[in-house]
Amino acid sequence: MKVPIQVTVNGKTHAHEVEPRVLLVHYLRDVLNLTGTHIGCETSLCGACTVMLDGQAVKSCTVLAAQANGAHITTIEGFAVNGRLHPVQEGFWERHGLQCGYCTPGMIVASAQLLERNPDPTEAEIRMAIEGNLCRCTGYQHIVEAVQYAARRMKGAAAAD
Amino acid sequence: MIPTPFDYIAAKSLDEAVALLGKHGEAAKILAGGHSLVPAMKLRLAQPQVLIDISRIKDLAYIREEGNSLRVGAMTTHYALESSKRVRVVSPLLAECAAAIGDVQVRNRGTIGGSVVHADPAADWPAAMIALRVEMVCAGAKGERVIKADDFFVDLLTTAIAPGEVLREIRIPLSQGRTGQSYKKVRHPASGFAVVGVAVNLGLDAAGKCANASIGVTGAAAKAFRAGGAEAALTGKPPDAAVAAAAAAKAADRQDMNSDLYASAEYRRHLVEVTARRAVLAAVGAAK
Amino acid sequence: MATKYVGNRVKRTEDPRLIQGLGHYVDDIKLPDTLHVAFVRSIYGHARITGVDASAAAKAPGVVAVYTGKDIGKIGGVPCASDLPEMKKPEFLVLASNKALFVGHAIAAVVATDRYLAKDAADMIQVDYEELPAVTEEVKAAAGAPYVHEQFGTNIAYKLTAGEGDIAAAFRSSDKVIKQRILNQRLAPIAMEPRGVLARYYPGEQELTLWSSTQIPHLMRTQVALMLGMPENRLRVITPEVGGGFGSKLNVYAEEALLGWISMQLGQPVKWIESRRENFQSTIHGRAQLGDLEIGIRKDGTVTGLRYNVFADMGAYYQLLTPAIPTLTGLMLSGSYKIPAIQINVTAVFTNKMSTDAYRGAGRPEATYVVERAMDLVAAELGMDPVEVRRKNFPAPNEFPFKTATGLFYDSGDYVLALEKALKNADYKKLGEEQKKARAAGRLVGIGVSTYVEICALGPSAALPAGGWESATVRIEPTGTVTVLTGASPHGQGQETSFAQIAGDELGVSIEAVTVIHGDTSIVQYGIGTFGSRATAVGGTAVFVALQRLKEKASKLAAHLMGVDPATVKFADGRFTSGAKSMAIQEVALHAHLAKSLPEGMEPGLSATYFFEPKNFTFPFGTHICIAEVDKDTGEITLQRYIAVDDCGRVINPLLVDGQVQGGIVQALGQAFYEHVVYDENGQLLTGTLMDYALPRATNCPWMELDRTETPSPVNPLGVKGVGEAGTIGATPCLVNAVIDALAPLGVRHLDMPLKPETLWRIISGNSARSA
Repeated sequence: MKVPIQVTVNGKTHAHEVEPRVLLVHYLRDVLNLTGTHIGCETSLCGACTVMLDGQAVKSCTVLAAQANGAHITTIEGFAVNGRLHPVQEGFWERHGLQCGYCTPGMIVASAQLLERNPDPTEAEIRMAIEGNLCRCTGYQHIVEAVQYAARRMKGAAAAD
Repeated sequence: MIPTPFDYIAAKSLDEAVALLGKHGEAAKILAGGHSLVPAMKLRLAQPQVLIDISRIKDLAYIREEGNSLRVGAMTTHYALESSKRVRVVSPLLAECAAAIGDVQVRNRGTIGGSVVHADPAADWPAAMIALRVEMVCAGAKGERVIKADDFFVDLLTTAIAPGEVLREIRIPLSQGRTGQSYKKVRHPASGFAVVGVAVNLGLDAAGKCANASIGVTGAAAKAFRAGGAEAALTGKPPDAAVAAAAAAKAADRQDMNSDLYASAEYRRHLVEVTARRAVLAAVGAAK
Repeated sequence: MATKYVGNRVKRTEDPRLIQGLGHYVDDIKLPDTLHVAFVRSIYGHARITGVDASAAAKAPGVVAVYTGKDIGKIGGVPCASDLPEMKKPEFLVLASNKALFVGHAIAAVVATDRYLAKDAADMIQVDYEELPAVTEEVKAAAGAPYVHEQFGTNIAYKLTAGEGDIAAAFRSSDKVIKQRILNQRLAPIAMEPRGVLARYYPGEQELTLWSSTQIPHLMRTQVALMLGMPENRLRVITPEVGGGFGSKLNVYAEEALLGWISMQLGQPVKWIESRRENFQSTIHGRAQLGDLEIGIRKDGTVTGLRYNVFADMGAYYQLLTPAIPTLTGLMLSGSYKIPAIQINVTAVFTNKMSTDAYRGAGRPEATYVVERAMDLVAAELGMDPVEVRRKNFPAPNEFPFKTATGLFYDSGDYVLALEKALKNADYKKLGEEQKKARAAGRLVGIGVSTYVEICALGPSAALPAGGWESATVRIEPTGTVTVLTGASPHGQGQETSFAQIAGDELGVSIEAVTVIHGDTSIVQYGIGTFGSRATAVGGTAVFVALQRLKEKASKLAAHLMGVDPATVKFADGRFTSGAKSMAIQEVALHAHLAKSLPEGMEPGLSATYFFEPKNFTFPFGTHICIAEVDKDTGEITLQRYIAVDDCGRVINPLLVDGQVQGGIVQALGQAFYEHVVYDENGQLLTGTLMDYALPRATNCPWMELDRTETPSPVNPLGVKGVGEAGTIGATPCLVNAVIDALAPLGVRHLDMPLKPETLWRIISGNSARSA
């Protein structure tokens, strides 16, 4: 028995009937064709599928699409606004925070959540904030630097406002 | 990665959820944040035929003080507890334990009610529930009943919640007087669950002696347990390093320890002792 | 000429698409009417398959086809490119029909209209098994029955002896021969993107296209064409974005051929995306060597000889390079030292487990670990500083090229230089003093050192089963943009950027004007692939030489167009100049394509292709130092500092080199402290999810203090050596040495990886016999 859902993803509202067992990550990838959100494990441990759900970073492999009914979701595709990169995206580019790029969307979402909650994190706080995201390429150091870069940028922007 | 098929019903009220549970019986499961149930379903370890989603019921996610207790709605997320300034003041153990769970994404979505009802032997909450002597308020067809934390965790993945009941609220008695609390855990390097976790809730008298002690241990055995021997060893004594060590040595008394690839039963027993000692000393240090 | 890009920290050109979620990995490619495949895999390590009942699955919703081992008779076995004398060769069919030889061995494939229905139907297939005793321990496996492959009457896949010098005489002349059993435990590569294949067959054109997450598109094309018995030029392999490989995708797997075959049967696209559990079960593992080290020494610390008798666990079958991995271990047993006599005796055995194969380092980390542990054992035996033992046995810079007793010529090196720099960066003397103080205070603090050398830029074709060269084509298009086609197929290493840097500097154009294309066998000339730290040293050199050829032609054409003597033409900043006359290379390119006026005999177009065959490997080296503290109560390890000085020759992009080193060190950290693929005695995989198999997380990693020395390699004109595996090779023994040093006051000289807290606690608390 399919259930009707309506979700707003990256500012655009979608209505679909989905099988209740459809995971949010599959809905985003296979129904909405937003394939920037990745799948890296089956056990809610790798964080590659992280998206913003009503302002909270969540693992979209562990949320049913039906549970997201009515929600506002931001995926990695929605991070750059009018072609302007989000400061965290910029940081990842500037500081070589990615290699194969597979964990990157989830890392960026988790890092953005951190900076929303804590604009001036320590190195340890950054590491804690991305503890739910596995990266096999970078050794995390450049990711830490990327987040530090973004924090500086966002503070600068805030000061400029 | 793909659950077996099921029907999904978003309950509009607690009464409706209870009625649906009554109607579907064993085939149905309550879905809260989904962070215990959905992972099990993805691995097809759990195959419910009906999911009753309680997340759309109004007023199941709240933190409020009533009299001498803190009332936490079952749908309250770990993150809400971790980040609440008020919780950090009135029940620091609750906040500390919340912050020790999984990772940010899991804490954003996972709920205290969903976790305690799942009763994973390596989950963090059960230790704090026992140490805080909480009461679980469960709604059923015949009305509500209250289950004490000590009676709540029955066995591996098993609680005292009866078929047809839904956990509605957790009541945390707020300590009066001088209190020190702490949660310490040894984190499994892969899963992030507690290899052992020890929650300590101490009451200190004016002279600095331990007036009462409440200690819960998780991760170590098939279910979370109260470290009665350690509590007795602390009560009435000044909780200095020697007393803490002596008490910690009794923390795993008469309990069969779990054994797995990461930690044998013998090592776990030792970790309970070390973790208990550290948690007691941290609680004493935190006492105001 | 001026280098605007090479040597600088240039931001990657790959990144804009990846940081916006706009790249395409295999599962991101959607074709209309795609069917999805799910596999039924053995739940036993060793079992006879007595029946497969697929009747219910065949009737399940959405199911289009079900295939079992009986249906796939014409598909050839999974290929192994390596062949050693008297090696037993089991046939590894793409679906098992009579026996399952490891957990995860594919038995049936279900094809359905979506991935959910395929999984549902796969669960309906009833496999009847008769469980058989499993072979899981290397030493027991070598000793006799039960056998993984009954037909061989042995579990020994091959035996091999290598090395030079009279080892027996060396040991006789030694003051002491130290012996130690050493484990290099089985690891899972765990690329964050699991494997995946999308296959599309056009029956009219008779053309099969495979999109696969692989490191070796061209080698796969050749092998899959052979497996399917189809013309190689009707098969196109495309590697879209690849989410990490680490060797696990340097292979040709059963699923790749099978998906192609299914698409040919059904005339529809079919897709399979590996789940993480499948990834643990049926993607190659690495390491899995258990060996006995013997090292002969003189009282002054001079090493006289080294012997390593090693059991290498092949798993149940060979994948592409499985048997070759221990031979690489043998090659590297001299480490960065002068050792006059070296012998390796390999006993390769079959077990009821997934195949081992190349995992980041591929046989070389195993050797480095053994040698670097050996140096610490020597130091402990003689009461010497581990640094002094190493220094004593280094070849001097003027001894290069240096011949080892394993038959290699190390091209270049200055091991003291890197060592001294690392000692200085670490303030080694002060570390020693701090350690003394900490020990006096009862703390368990250790200093680890490793001075490694690795063999990179694989390599001369004689040393590699399928050729060791690499190819490049460079073109300047009529509109002036530059296209580089590389046969190397990078998957995260950043060669789209570093090759564009080379082209940008050589042609005097902006890197924005350069597009590097790779990973499509229909577009790119044949190539070998990205592995063995080879892409830049071999593939980059091919690009470099092709660019020179392109410039030669463009220069001649420019002279012709300007009407000047070719000998007078100079090229700088993208312009050909002769006296007062000057012409941009883009203009020359346009004229080359218009071809209205070409010099006598010159072909139209502006393109050059070069296949580079390296004369030798390269030998990067370095020194790593770290400080670890062990918690006396719990045995948990904290890393206080990590200092690395690596020499990978000339550096094209320091930003990328740092990234490679950091990632490599953390993968070493995984092996040293956390990771271990564990099968029980029945062949059950006990670490089959990320719940049980721990990868390093951000909170586990130290801040890495990196530095370099730069000794250009004489093997290629770029002077680069390769760096993809350096971190992993250098760091593993460094980390372990630090922890063992921390426990040295308790009499510990060796411990096996991973260094689990419980193991350390048992030693600290006296609950365990001291390790020998």
